[in-house]
Amino acid sequence: MQPPPPPLIRVRDLAAAFDGRTIFEHVSFDVARGEVCVILGASGCGKSTLLKHMFGLLEPTAGEVLIQGQSLTHATPSQRSELMRHFGVMYQSGALFGSMTLLENVRLPLEELSTLPDDAIHAIARSKLKLVALEGYEGYMPAEISGGMKKRAAIARAMALDPEILFLDEPSAGLDPITSAELDDTILELARATGVTFVIVSHELASIYKIADHVVMLDRRTRTLCAEGSPADLRDHSTDPWIQSFFRREALHQTTEVPQ
Amino acid sequence: MRRSLGYSTQMVAPAQPGRTDPAPMRSAELRVAEATDDTLQVALAGHLDSRALEQLWQAGMRAIERSGARRVRVDLGDVSYCDAAGARFLVALRDLAGSRGFELAAASEQTLRLMELVAPSPRSRTESRSRWDPISALGRLAVQQLSELWQLIAFTGEFCVMLARCCVKPRELRFRDVIRVAESAGVGAIPIVLLIGFLLGLILSFQSAIPMRRFGAQAFIADLLGISLLRELGPLMASILLAARSGSAFAAELGTMRVNEEIDALTTMGLEPVRFLVLPRVLAALLVVPTLALLLNVAGLTGGAVVYLSLDLPVSTFLSRVSDAATVGDMLGGLFKGCVFGTLVGGIGCLRGLQAGGGAGAVGEAATRSVVSAIILITITDGIFAVLFYNLGI
Ligand SMILES: Nc1ncnc2c1ncn2[C@@H]1O[C@H](COP(=O)(O)OP(=O)(O)O)[C@@H](O)[C@H]1O
Ligand SMILES: [Mg+2]
Repeated sequence: MQPPPPPLIRVRDLAAAFDGRTIFEHVSFDVARGEVCVILGASGCGKSTLLKHMFGLLEPTAGEVLIQGQSLTHATPSQRSELMRHFGVMYQSGALFGSMTLLENVRLPLEELSTLPDDAIHAIARSKLKLVALEGYEGYMPAEISGGMKKRAAIARAMALDPEILFLDEPSAGLDPITSAELDDTILELARATGVTFVIVSHELASIYKIADHVVMLDRRTRTLCAEGSPADLRDHSTDPWIQSFFRREALHQTTEVPQ
Repeated sequence: MRRSLGYSTQMVAPAQPGRTDPAPMRSAELRVAEATDDTLQVALAGHLDSRALEQLWQAGMRAIERSGARRVRVDLGDVSYCDAAGARFLVALRDLAGSRGFELAAASEQTLRLMELVAPSPRSRTESRSRWDPISALGRLAVQQLSELWQLIAFTGEFCVMLARCCVKPRELRFRDVIRVAESAGVGAIPIVLLIGFLLGLILSFQSAIPMRRFGAQAFIADLLGISLLRELGPLMASILLAARSGSAFAAELGTMRVNEEIDALTTMGLEPVRFLVLPRVLAALLVVPTLALLLNVAGLTGGAVVYLSLDLPVSTFLSRVSDAATVGDMLGGLFKGCVFGTLVGGIGCLRGLQAGGGAGAVGEAATRSVVSAIILITITDGIFAVLFYNLGI
């Protein structure tokens, strides 16, 4: 039997602060290659901030992030940009370039960071838009499409170079249940067929049960991780009232009594 | 038996740093051979990702295009990894083979599924790009111009209604905003206004002093400067400076609010954007321009006085000549023009902001258009005033 493969991403004792205000600290977990890892937590508890630390946009105040054993935190700028080439990122607000059409948005990383011939760029960019069910909207400007479509176009842009790790910040927020389920299928299919690793911030319970191999849960009160494991595991075995309320979609005051 | 075309492409993707797992083969290869049974054999091997396609894409396309074989067979037996870009490459090969037979050998279940996901759906294959057509372009331009005119009329009407309402019920006007905008648009502009005014007075009097000295008429530069500053240049320069400094800022601010749907949020809250945002800005501009024009006049006359001194003429003569030549009526007329220009600059800046489309580019465009439109409007209105004042004998 082979030894288990080393984790693709290791987060070690990470702490983050804005202007001296600690957002979270002592956060440690691993993400294995090919896994779909979902970050959960109350709104404002620092999920987006954690994600930004994982792909190296923000400097932690303590701890570090390792990608395939190499420290992202202590890397030189050139090493870091080399590492970041393996990442695709979708920001919470989409961050599409407003002066370009959707197709141009997806083409941009391909044009700038690869030497593919033009017809290849065209075909690949269109295929990415098809993956997120935006076929036929290639010529639209970001301002002309709905919020959910912007999210999907941003995912297509993040996937343009077929990165090994995709970081998605609330991809299914603002999507109807059907499109959201289709997006889940696409994520699962990409994870299975190409071994892409996903780190996703999400609140959609149905989607979490379907796609997540591994969830990490941030707690706003203790400012650190409060739980980690598979979603079914957390739902069935956790005794924390907050986690139970989360998985049952209840208001917290209804479950202040901890059932044993 | 196979006949090799003597044609093989190999590429090695650069090693990736930090890879500690048992490294998968990071190179890809494409070999082409023609079999005797009229089949083109394309054998792919290695790690099929977008890096590899940089070399392989055209080689693959060319091989199929050039070959006259009746069937194409793509062998994936040695492919260790294929991502979505790789799958799209296989789809492109299949599409290019077209009506010729196409066979994919040793493709994994996952690769086939990926190909299905990335293949364009049949109806969208032909891209329908609407071509440029002069008649519809002309029509679109006309409709656009008419709708702009309509928006201008509607905006002016709404502004007048809101102004009237605020005259009846002054509490509806947000005075705090008027003060805040007047401070940033007015107080902030004082240094540049003084500088421009002083230079204007200095240059104008110096340049006219040279030819006037030939006739011994250099004392008359005071008359020239006084009339042109008070009647024309003061309000004109002050309003153009306001358009550049603050009209564009109004357009950018309101444009950003439009893009972020903040304007819509105001409307749904029952707060009319024109009363809430436009009225304070326009009133502030209306107050600011005459004040700035006055300061500009003073700075300009100071510049003229400096030239007077350098020509060994007494400043008292300068002052008495200016007050003889230019009447209080000239000054008030100039300040009135300043009020009108200020209203136009503030109004057009806000209108361009409210008209902004979507995206960051639209905000920049709104700012540019606000300055251009303001300068055009100022020029036209100044011309109208010149005719009016002449006919009224002011
Ligand atoms: N750029 C920033 N500057 C200061 N504080 C920030 C910044 N970004 C986020 N924060 C703060 O960090 C906390 C977590 O934010 P975020 O990670 O966006 O939360 P969420 O879990 O909803 O994604 C919030 O309290 C927010 O106020
Ligand atoms: Mg967030």
